[in-house]
Amino acid sequence: MSDASINSTGLDGEAQFGDYFALLKPRVMTLVVFTACVGLLAAPVSLHPFVAFCAILFIAVGGGASGALNMWYDADIDAVMKRTAKRPIPAGKVTGQEALAIGLFLSGVSVMFLGLATNWLAAGLLAFTIFFYVIIYTMWLKRLTPQNIVIGGAAGAFPPMIGWAAATGSVSVEAVLMFCLTFMWTPPHFWALALFVRMDYDNATVPMLTVTHGRRATRNHILVYTILLAVLAIATGFTSVGGPVYLTVALVLNALFVKGAWEIWNRDEDQAEADRYLAERRFFKLSLYYLFAHFGAILVEAGLERFGVLA
Amino acid sequence: MISRQHELHQRRFGRNLGVGLVLAAFIAVIFGLTVVKVTSDDFSVTNSGVQTGGSDGN
Repeated sequence: MSDASINSTGLDGEAQFGDYFALLKPRVMTLVVFTACVGLLAAPVSLHPFVAFCAILFIAVGGGASGALNMWYDADIDAVMKRTAKRPIPAGKVTGQEALAIGLFLSGVSVMFLGLATNWLAAGLLAFTIFFYVIIYTMWLKRLTPQNIVIGGAAGAFPPMIGWAAATGSVSVEAVLMFCLTFMWTPPHFWALALFVRMDYDNATVPMLTVTHGRRATRNHILVYTILLAVLAIATGFTSVGGPVYLTVALVLNALFVKGAWEIWNRDEDQAEADRYLAERRFFKLSLYYLFAHFGAILVEAGLERFGVLA
Repeated sequence: MISRQHELHQRRFGRNLGVGLVLAAFIAVIFGLTVVKVTSDDFSVTNSGVQTGGSDGN
Protein backbone atom coordinates (compact mmCIF):
# COMPACT_ATOMS: atom_id res chain seq x y z
CA MET A 1 0.00 0.00 0.00
CA SER A 2 1.37 3.44 -0.86
CA ASP A 3 2.06 6.20 1.62
CA ALA A 4 -0.67 8.25 0.00
CA SER A 5 -3.18 5.80 1.40
CA ILE A 6 -2.26 6.84 4.94
CA ASN A 7 -4.08 10.11 4.61
CA SER A 8 -6.49 9.34 1.86
CA THR A 9 -7.34 5.80 0.87
CA GLY A 10 -10.30 6.76 -1.24
CA LEU A 11 -12.10 3.88 0.45
CA ASP A 12 -15.11 3.89 2.71
CA GLY A 13 -13.38 2.18 5.63
CA GLU A 14 -10.06 0.84 6.77
CA ALA A 15 -9.41 -2.65 5.48
CA GLN A 16 -8.81 -5.18 8.20
CA PHE A 17 -6.96 -8.46 7.87
CA GLY A 18 -10.30 -10.26 7.46
CA ASP A 19 -11.09 -8.17 4.38
CA TYR A 20 -7.94 -9.36 2.67
CA PHE A 21 -8.67 -12.93 3.75
CA ALA A 22 -12.17 -12.60 2.29
CA LEU A 23 -10.56 -11.95 -1.11
CA LEU A 24 -9.50 -15.60 -1.06
CA LYS A 25 -13.15 -16.80 -0.96
CA PRO A 26 -12.75 -18.91 2.20
CA ARG A 27 -16.05 -20.76 1.68
CA VAL A 28 -14.97 -21.94 -1.76
CA MET A 29 -11.60 -22.76 -0.24
CA THR A 30 -13.19 -25.29 2.14
CA LEU A 31 -14.42 -27.25 -0.87
CA VAL A 32 -10.99 -26.98 -2.52
CA VAL A 33 -9.23 -28.15 0.65
CA PHE A 34 -11.64 -31.02 1.22
CA THR A 35 -11.61 -32.38 -2.34
CA ALA A 36 -7.83 -31.94 -2.65
CA CYS A 37 -7.44 -33.82 0.66
CA VAL A 38 -9.54 -36.67 -0.67
CA GLY A 39 -7.55 -36.81 -3.91
CA LEU A 40 -4.30 -36.85 -1.96
CA LEU A 41 -5.38 -39.39 0.67
CA ALA A 42 -7.17 -41.70 -1.76
CA ALA A 43 -4.01 -42.01 -3.85
CA PRO A 44 -2.12 -45.29 -3.49
CA VAL A 45 1.13 -43.45 -2.61
CA SER A 46 1.58 -42.02 0.89
CA LEU A 47 3.27 -38.69 1.41
CA HIS A 48 5.00 -37.62 4.60
CA PRO A 49 2.22 -36.03 6.72
CA PHE A 50 3.92 -32.64 6.77
CA VAL A 51 4.51 -32.68 3.02
CA ALA A 52 0.85 -33.64 2.56
CA PHE A 53 -0.16 -30.73 4.81
CA CYS A 54 2.01 -28.35 2.77
CA ALA A 55 0.55 -29.68 -0.49
CA ILE A 56 -3.02 -29.04 0.71
CA LEU A 57 -2.01 -25.62 2.04
CA PHE A 58 -0.47 -24.53 -1.26
CA ILE A 59 -3.42 -25.89 -3.27
CA ALA A 60 -5.73 -23.89 -0.97
CA VAL A 61 -3.60 -20.75 -1.37
CA GLY A 62 -3.64 -21.22 -5.16
CA GLY A 63 -7.42 -21.55 -5.06
CA GLY A 64 -7.61 -18.43 -2.89
CA ALA A 65 -5.34 -16.54 -5.29
CA SER A 66 -7.63 -17.30 -8.20
CA GLY A 67 -10.55 -16.10 -6.04
CA ALA A 68 -8.76 -12.77 -5.45
CA LEU A 69 -8.06 -12.37 -9.17
CA ASN A 70 -11.71 -13.20 -9.90
CA MET A 71 -12.82 -10.50 -7.44
CA TRP A 72 -10.42 -8.00 -9.01
CA TYR A 73 -11.82 -8.57 -12.50
CA ASP A 74 -15.47 -8.97 -11.52
CA ALA A 75 -15.65 -5.99 -9.15
CA ASP A 76 -18.03 -4.17 -11.51
CA ILE A 77 -20.63 -6.95 -11.61
CA ASP A 78 -20.12 -7.87 -7.95
CA ALA A 79 -21.18 -4.32 -7.06
CA VAL A 80 -24.63 -4.69 -8.65
CA MET A 81 -25.47 -8.14 -7.29
CA LYS A 82 -26.94 -8.34 -3.80
CA ARG A 83 -25.18 -11.65 -3.13
CA THR A 84 -21.73 -10.20 -3.87
CA ALA A 85 -22.11 -6.48 -3.11
CA LYS A 86 -20.49 -6.90 0.33
CA ARG A 87 -17.29 -8.40 -1.07
CA PRO A 88 -14.19 -6.37 -0.08
CA ILE A 89 -13.76 -4.47 -3.37
CA PRO A 90 -17.38 -3.35 -4.02
CA ALA A 91 -17.74 -2.65 -0.29
CA GLY A 92 -14.84 -0.18 -0.62
CA LYS A 93 -12.56 -1.95 1.84
CA VAL A 94 -9.88 -3.11 -0.60
CA THR A 95 -8.82 -1.59 -3.91
CA GLY A 96 -8.80 -3.56 -7.13
CA GLN A 97 -5.04 -3.06 -7.46
CA GLU A 98 -4.48 -4.58 -4.04
CA ALA A 99 -6.59 -7.60 -4.95
CA LEU A 100 -4.68 -7.99 -8.22
CA ALA A 101 -1.32 -7.78 -6.45
CA ILE A 102 -2.36 -10.26 -3.76
CA GLY A 103 -3.79 -12.65 -6.37
CA LEU A 104 -0.68 -12.58 -8.57
CA PHE A 105 1.71 -12.89 -5.63
CA LEU A 106 -0.13 -15.80 -4.05
CA SER A 107 -0.49 -17.54 -7.43
CA GLY A 108 3.28 -17.48 -7.91
CA VAL A 109 4.04 -18.52 -4.34
CA SER A 110 1.52 -21.38 -4.29
CA VAL A 111 2.62 -22.88 -7.63
CA MET A 112 6.33 -22.58 -6.87
CA PHE A 113 6.10 -24.07 -3.38
CA LEU A 114 3.73 -26.86 -4.42
CA GLY A 115 6.32 -27.81 -7.05
CA LEU A 116 9.14 -27.75 -4.49
CA ALA A 117 7.12 -29.61 -1.85
CA THR A 118 5.74 -32.35 -4.13
CA ASN A 119 6.33 -32.41 -7.88
CA TRP A 120 6.04 -30.16 -10.92
CA LEU A 121 3.08 -32.01 -12.44
CA ALA A 122 0.95 -31.01 -9.45
CA ALA A 123 2.34 -27.48 -9.63
CA GLY A 124 1.60 -27.33 -13.36
CA LEU A 125 -1.97 -28.49 -12.77
CA LEU A 126 -2.41 -25.82 -10.09
CA ALA A 127 -1.02 -23.16 -12.45
CA PHE A 128 -3.37 -24.36 -15.18
CA THR A 129 -6.32 -24.27 -12.76
CA ILE A 130 -5.58 -20.64 -11.85
CA PHE A 131 -5.12 -19.77 -15.53
CA PHE A 132 -8.33 -21.56 -16.48
CA TYR A 133 -10.42 -19.95 -13.73
CA VAL A 134 -9.09 -16.42 -14.19
CA ILE A 135 -8.43 -16.14 -17.92
CA ILE A 136 -10.72 -18.69 -19.58
CA TYR A 137 -13.68 -18.47 -17.20
CA THR A 138 -13.61 -15.06 -15.48
CA MET A 139 -12.18 -12.87 -18.24
CA TRP A 140 -13.39 -14.64 -21.33
CA LEU A 141 -16.40 -16.90 -21.11
CA LYS A 142 -18.32 -15.84 -18.00
CA ARG A 143 -19.75 -12.78 -19.72
CA LEU A 144 -19.98 -14.42 -23.12
CA THR A 145 -21.90 -17.68 -22.90
CA PRO A 146 -24.78 -19.11 -20.86
CA GLN A 147 -22.69 -22.27 -20.51
CA ASN A 148 -20.34 -20.24 -18.26
CA ILE A 149 -21.17 -22.35 -15.23
CA VAL A 150 -20.33 -25.58 -17.05
CA ILE A 151 -16.93 -24.17 -18.07
CA GLY A 152 -16.25 -22.59 -14.69
CA GLY A 153 -17.05 -25.91 -13.05
CA ALA A 154 -13.96 -27.41 -14.63
CA ALA A 155 -11.73 -25.06 -12.62
CA GLY A 156 -13.40 -26.12 -9.39
CA ALA A 157 -13.02 -29.76 -10.34
CA PHE A 158 -9.22 -29.77 -10.53
CA PRO A 159 -8.26 -29.84 -6.79
CA PRO A 160 -8.77 -33.61 -6.25
CA MET A 161 -6.74 -34.24 -9.40
CA ILE A 162 -3.98 -31.93 -8.10
CA GLY A 163 -4.07 -33.73 -4.74
CA TRP A 164 -3.75 -37.09 -6.49
CA ALA A 165 -0.91 -35.79 -8.69
CA ALA A 166 0.87 -34.35 -5.63
CA ALA A 167 0.92 -37.82 -4.06
CA THR A 168 1.59 -40.00 -7.10
CA GLY A 169 3.32 -37.70 -9.58
CA SER A 170 0.85 -38.79 -12.26
CA VAL A 171 -2.80 -38.46 -13.30
CA SER A 172 -4.80 -41.67 -13.45
CA VAL A 173 -8.37 -42.69 -14.24
CA GLU A 174 -9.34 -42.34 -10.55
CA ALA A 175 -8.22 -38.71 -10.57
CA VAL A 176 -10.18 -38.09 -13.76
CA LEU A 177 -13.31 -39.65 -12.21
CA MET A 178 -13.07 -37.34 -9.18
CA PHE A 179 -12.64 -34.42 -11.57
CA CYS A 180 -15.74 -35.49 -13.53
CA LEU A 181 -17.80 -35.82 -10.35
CA THR A 182 -17.25 -32.18 -9.38
CA PHE A 183 -17.46 -31.01 -12.99
CA MET A 184 -20.89 -32.59 -13.55
CA TRP A 185 -22.15 -31.51 -10.12
CA THR A 186 -21.44 -27.79 -10.63
CA PRO A 187 -24.09 -26.91 -13.28
CA PRO A 188 -27.19 -28.20 -11.44
CA HIS A 189 -25.82 -26.72 -8.18
CA PHE A 190 -25.43 -23.22 -9.63
CA TRP A 191 -28.48 -23.27 -11.87
CA ALA A 192 -30.65 -24.06 -8.86
CA LEU A 193 -29.09 -21.02 -7.18
CA ALA A 194 -29.67 -18.93 -10.30
CA LEU A 195 -33.36 -19.82 -10.25
CA PHE A 196 -33.93 -18.13 -6.90
CA VAL A 197 -31.45 -15.25 -7.30
CA ARG A 198 -32.32 -14.54 -10.93
CA MET A 199 -32.79 -10.81 -10.49
CA ASP A 200 -29.16 -10.48 -9.43
CA TYR A 201 -27.85 -11.94 -12.65
CA ASP A 202 -30.31 -9.86 -14.66
CA ASN A 203 -28.94 -6.69 -13.07
CA ALA A 204 -25.35 -7.71 -13.68
CA THR A 205 -26.09 -8.70 -17.29
CA VAL A 206 -24.24 -11.97 -16.79
CA PRO A 207 -25.59 -14.38 -19.42
CA MET A 208 -26.83 -16.99 -16.98
CA LEU A 209 -29.00 -19.65 -18.52
CA THR A 210 -31.98 -18.22 -16.62
CA VAL A 211 -31.45 -14.87 -18.34
CA THR A 212 -30.66 -16.02 -21.88
CA HIS A 213 -32.91 -19.07 -22.25
CA GLY A 214 -35.45 -18.61 -19.49
CA ARG A 215 -36.36 -20.59 -16.42
CA ARG A 216 -38.10 -23.43 -18.27
CA ALA A 217 -34.87 -24.21 -20.15
CA THR A 218 -32.90 -23.96 -16.90
CA ARG A 219 -35.22 -26.48 -15.24
CA ASN A 220 -34.72 -28.82 -18.22
CA HIS A 221 -30.95 -28.43 -18.02
CA ILE A 222 -30.94 -29.15 -14.28
CA LEU A 223 -32.81 -32.42 -14.83
CA VAL A 224 -30.59 -33.57 -17.72
CA TYR A 225 -27.33 -32.75 -15.92
CA THR A 226 -28.57 -34.37 -12.71
CA ILE A 227 -29.40 -37.61 -14.50
CA LEU A 228 -25.99 -37.61 -16.21
CA LEU A 229 -24.35 -36.88 -12.87
CA ALA A 230 -26.23 -39.72 -11.18
CA VAL A 231 -25.09 -42.19 -13.84
CA LEU A 232 -21.49 -41.02 -13.46
CA ALA A 233 -21.57 -40.98 -9.65
CA ILE A 234 -23.05 -44.48 -9.37
CA ALA A 235 -20.76 -45.88 -12.08
CA THR A 236 -17.78 -44.52 -10.10
CA GLY A 237 -18.85 -46.88 -7.32
CA PHE A 238 -17.78 -49.82 -9.48
CA THR A 239 -14.27 -48.46 -10.07
CA SER A 240 -11.18 -48.63 -7.86
CA VAL A 241 -12.09 -45.48 -5.87
CA GLY A 242 -15.55 -46.87 -5.14
CA GLY A 243 -16.74 -49.69 -2.93
CA PRO A 244 -19.72 -50.69 -0.75
CA VAL A 245 -19.65 -47.54 1.40
CA TYR A 246 -19.36 -45.21 -1.57
CA LEU A 247 -21.98 -47.13 -3.52
CA THR A 248 -24.49 -46.94 -0.65
CA VAL A 249 -23.93 -43.19 -0.28
CA ALA A 250 -24.14 -42.69 -4.06
CA LEU A 251 -27.36 -44.67 -4.45
CA VAL A 252 -29.16 -42.84 -1.63
CA LEU A 253 -27.97 -39.33 -2.50
CA ASN A 254 -28.44 -39.68 -6.23
CA ALA A 255 -31.98 -40.98 -5.72
CA LEU A 256 -32.69 -37.87 -3.61
CA PHE A 257 -30.90 -35.60 -6.07
CA VAL A 258 -32.76 -36.93 -9.11
CA LYS A 259 -36.02 -36.65 -7.15
CA GLY A 260 -35.19 -33.01 -6.36
CA ALA A 261 -34.34 -32.27 -10.00
CA TRP A 262 -37.57 -33.95 -11.09
CA GLU A 263 -39.56 -31.72 -8.70
CA ILE A 264 -37.83 -28.63 -10.09
CA TRP A 265 -38.52 -29.76 -13.65
CA ASN A 266 -42.11 -30.64 -12.88
CA ARG A 267 -43.23 -27.21 -11.76
CA ASP A 268 -43.62 -23.78 -13.29
CA GLU A 269 -42.79 -20.28 -12.08
CA ASP A 270 -46.18 -19.67 -10.48
CA GLN A 271 -45.81 -22.73 -8.29
CA ALA A 272 -42.20 -21.80 -7.48
CA GLU A 273 -43.10 -18.25 -6.51
CA ALA A 274 -46.04 -19.47 -4.43
CA ASP A 275 -43.73 -21.31 -2.04
CA ARG A 276 -40.78 -18.91 -2.51
CA TYR A 277 -38.68 -21.41 -4.50
CA LEU A 278 -38.77 -24.02 -1.74
CA ALA A 279 -37.90 -26.96 -4.03
CA GLU A 280 -35.04 -25.03 -5.66
CA ARG A 281 -33.63 -23.95 -2.30
CA ARG A 282 -33.93 -27.50 -0.95
CA PHE A 283 -32.15 -28.87 -4.05
CA PHE A 284 -29.36 -26.32 -3.67
CA LYS A 285 -28.89 -27.23 -0.01
CA LEU A 286 -28.86 -30.94 -0.83
CA SER A 287 -26.24 -30.31 -3.53
CA LEU A 288 -23.83 -29.06 -0.84
CA TYR A 289 -24.19 -32.25 1.19
CA TYR A 290 -24.10 -34.28 -2.03
CA LEU A 291 -20.53 -33.43 -2.98
CA PHE A 292 -19.12 -33.57 0.54
CA ALA A 293 -20.76 -36.97 1.11
CA HIS A 294 -19.45 -38.44 -2.14
CA PHE A 295 -15.89 -37.32 -1.52
CA GLY A 296 -16.21 -38.30 2.13
CA ALA A 297 -17.23 -41.80 1.01
CA ILE A 298 -14.20 -42.01 -1.33
CA LEU A 299 -12.04 -41.06 1.64
CA VAL A 300 -13.66 -43.73 3.83
CA GLU A 301 -13.12 -46.35 1.12
CA ALA A 302 -9.45 -45.38 0.86
CA GLY A 303 -9.10 -45.54 4.65
CA LEU A 304 -10.78 -48.96 4.86
CA GLU A 305 -8.54 -50.30 2.13
CA ARG A 306 -5.41 -48.85 3.71
CA PHE A 307 -6.22 -50.44 7.05
CA GLY A 308 -7.02 -53.73 5.38
CA VAL A 309 -10.74 -53.78 6.18
CA LEU A 310 -11.79 -54.17 2.54
CA ALA A 311 -8.61 -55.73 1.23
CA MET B 1 11.91 9.72 19.00
CA ILE B 2 8.18 9.25 18.69
CA SER B 3 6.75 8.58 22.12
CA ARG B 4 3.04 8.67 21.39
CA GLN B 5 1.47 5.98 19.25
CA HIS B 6 -0.09 7.41 16.13
CA GLU B 7 -3.79 6.73 15.64
CA LEU B 8 -2.90 5.01 12.38
CA HIS B 9 -0.96 2.31 14.23
CA GLN B 10 -3.91 1.56 16.48
CA ARG B 11 -6.23 1.45 13.50
CA ARG B 12 -4.01 -0.93 11.57
CA PHE B 13 -2.91 -3.06 14.52
CA GLY B 14 -5.17 -5.97 13.56
CA ARG B 15 -4.01 -5.97 9.98
CA ASN B 16 -0.34 -5.72 10.89
CA LEU B 17 -0.67 -8.48 13.48
CA GLY B 18 -2.39 -10.71 10.91
CA VAL B 19 0.33 -10.12 8.30
CA GLY B 20 3.00 -10.78 10.93
CA LEU B 21 1.41 -14.06 11.99
CA VAL B 22 1.01 -15.17 8.36
CA LEU B 23 4.70 -14.43 7.67
CA ALA B 24 5.77 -16.28 10.82
CA ALA B 25 3.60 -19.26 9.83
CA PHE B 26 5.04 -19.21 6.32
CA ILE B 27 8.59 -19.30 7.69
CA ALA B 28 7.64 -22.18 9.99
CA VAL B 29 6.09 -24.11 7.09
CA ILE B 30 9.12 -23.65 4.83
CA PHE B 31 11.49 -24.55 7.69
CA GLY B 32 9.46 -27.67 8.50
CA LEU B 33 9.34 -28.65 4.84
CA THR B 34 13.11 -28.24 4.54
CA VAL B 35 13.71 -30.40 7.62
CA VAL B 36 11.38 -33.12 6.27
CA LYS B 37 13.03 -33.07 2.84
CA VAL B 38 16.58 -33.07 4.19
CA THR B 39 15.94 -35.88 6.68
CA SER B 40 14.01 -38.06 4.21
CA ASP B 41 15.60 -41.26 2.90
CA ASP B 42 15.45 -39.91 -0.66
CA PHE B 43 17.76 -37.02 0.13
CA SER B 44 21.40 -37.37 -0.89
CA VAL B 45 24.42 -35.12 -1.34
CA THR B 46 26.72 -35.80 -4.25
CA ASN B 47 29.94 -34.23 -5.45
CA SER B 48 28.06 -32.40 -8.17
CA GLY B 49 25.70 -30.81 -5.72
CA VAL B 50 22.57 -31.54 -3.72
CA GLN B 51 19.99 -33.89 -5.15
CA THR B 52 16.66 -35.09 -3.92
CA GLY B 53 14.52 -37.68 -5.60
CA GLY B 54 12.04 -40.50 -5.16
CA SER B 55 8.44 -41.33 -5.80
CA ASP B 56 7.36 -37.73 -5.45
CA GLY B 57 9.52 -36.73 -8.37
CA ASN B 58 11.93 -34.47 -6.52
